Amino acid sequence: MIEAKQLVKRFRDKKRGEVRAVDHVSFSCRPGEIYGLLGANGAGKTTTLRMLATILEPSEGTAIVAGFDVRKDPQKVRSCVGFLSTATALYGRLTAIEMVQYFGRLHGLDEPTLARRIDAIFERLEMNEFRDRRCDNLSTGMKQKVSIARTLVHDPSVMVFDEPTVGLDVMAARTIAGFIRECRDQGKTVVFSTHVMSEVEKLCDHIGIIHGGKLLAEGTLADLRRTFGMQDLEDIFVKVVEP
Amino acid sequence: MSLRNIGIVYRKELTDSLRDRRTVISMVAVPLLLMPLITIGGGVLLIRQVGQAEQEVPKVMVLGGEDSPNVRAEIEKLTDVQIVPSKPDYSEEISNKEIRAAVEIPNGFDTALAGGESMTVKIYMYEGDLKSGFGADRLQKFFRDLRDRTIREELKARQLPETLVRPFDIEQQNVAPPEKVGGAVLGGLVPYFVILLCLTGAMYPAMDLTAGEKERGTIETILCSPVSRTHLVLGKFLMVLTASLATGALSIFSMAVSFGVGKHLLLGVADGAVDAALQITISGKAIVSIFLLVVPLAVFFSAALLAISLFAKSFKEAQSYLSPLMIVIVLPAVAAMLPGVELSTPLSLVPVLNTSLVSKEIIAGTYHWNYIALIFVSSCVYATAALWIAVKMFQREDVLFRS
Repeated sequence: MIEAKQLVKRFRDKKRGEVRAVDHVSFSCRPGEIYGLLGANGAGKTTTLRMLATILEPSEGTAIVAGFDVRKDPQKVRSCVGFLSTATALYGRLTAIEMVQYFGRLHGLDEPTLARRIDAIFERLEMNEFRDRRCDNLSTGMKQKVSIARTLVHDPSVMVFDEPTVGLDVMAARTIAGFIRECRDQGKTVVFSTHVMSEVEKLCDHIGIIHGGKLLAEGTLADLRRTFGMQDLEDIFVKVVEP
Repeated sequence: MSLRNIGIVYRKELTDSLRDRRTVISMVAVPLLLMPLITIGGGVLLIRQVGQAEQEVPKVMVLGGEDSPNVRAEIEKLTDVQIVPSKPDYSEEISNKEIRAAVEIPNGFDTALAGGESMTVKIYMYEGDLKSGFGADRLQKFFRDLRDRTIREELKARQLPETLVRPFDIEQQNVAPPEKVGGAVLGGLVPYFVILLCLTGAMYPAMDLTAGEKERGTIETILCSPVSRTHLVLGKFLMVLTASLATGALSIFSMAVSFGVGKHLLLGVADGAVDAALQITISGKAIVSIFLLVVPLAVFFSAALLAISLFAKSFKEAQSYLSPLMIVIVLPAVAAMLPGVELSTPLSLVPVLNTSLVSKEIIAGTYHWNYIALIFVSSCVYATAALWIAVKMFQREDVLFRS
């Protein structure tokens, strides 16, 4: 379960002074659901998700993630969250298995449990062929699988995906989309940010349209179509951000 | 404080860094190759240069003396100099290294010498040029011998003892043990290289583990883990410290071996200052003492480099921050080699300079325990402050996500 409550993030910018990257954003996402944050570049998606993953601390407001407050128990939140974005790169000089082992150990898994989980994940994602190859020498698709394995190794109940398909080819993007659906089917709480309308239409149970740091519209795809009297999500998005 | 988490981060960083060719080169190859190159290679080169200069028969010019055939005839008999025809532009020829020296014989030299009149013989040379120095020395020796011979003959003719003009001799005698003489000559170089290599050994991993992570996008990956940022930075710091100490230890080891081998090869072959420098003996006690003093300095370097590199957005930016730092560190290390700069209470508080000065004394076999304690404590204070800053920097979002 994720419950964002009036999240605010302010930054100081040399030229612009104080900037509100996220401005009182509230939403919730239940287990077994995918919540999609839809917004243009600079809308505040990444900052919101980074606050949920406790990479950034909110300036105001808070969020409850898997029962823990992001401000009070950031380490407990991180132990329940799997965070994946295009910015979360791999350590190139580690092998695929070393990369996953490292994160498993950081999550406090004991060695027998870690070995069992790695075997299961590597089998499921068909990674055994390249388990001992250094990440620098892997293809984009293989790297994506290692990143997925890294986020899954501690069996998190909450998954946060920040534009995970940016820069990926069709096949790699499909792998990610399939993985996101699988997480939902396993009962995980999934938050997903993107600016690609088709991904939102295909994947998300609930959609939040974010612009200028504010959550301007929210609901299921059917709710949004009904509210704005439009069928095409792109038209709805434009209507919301440029009223 | 979870030592387990710090250990996990440290082990990963160690594995990662040991697979990085650039880290291995700066940590292992540089100290192991640089020291023998400087001590043995440099020593051989120096001795060879001096030997070549000594063997050369220098070209010298004799100016004037046309009315003094006796002295000219004697000079021309010299076999360790080659007399070339005199020219008015002798100073230019000396400056251009076409000839090594020139001697100006005053008018009426022979007559004045026989008559006991005082004269001045001028020798022209290129100050600082080794070969010119040898040429001038040979001319000077010739005229000194001539003067002594003349005095002796004059005294003999008047049946006077030689002690009349030389009632007593003055002799300087060294009472310092050979290792102290060697320490004074070369002792400053040892801490200079150890400190410099401790810094360079830490520099690359510090940049790679902070700015490098930002550039490669792995900083966000690691921040997703439940490990606290303090544990993360301490694990990284330990890796940088390992690289710094490994480089320092290898350079001390390499230097000790190089001195031992160099001494064996070169002792007796060289003379003067070079021979004195070769008397240097780096004892086991000195090695351990220097290493213990370098530990807090390495902690200071590692933490400071980590904090500065963390501020950079990219590896290149980190390099531009750290390059000027090299000069800041090298200057006090060089200052310790200057003559007259000696340990004092105020200088014991100056980082880098204090360790350089005390290490120089230790190599010469002198242990000023009060200064050693003061330097160790002050270095620990600086190291703790630098580490505290590094930990604080790692907590700051504006530093971690600087754009």
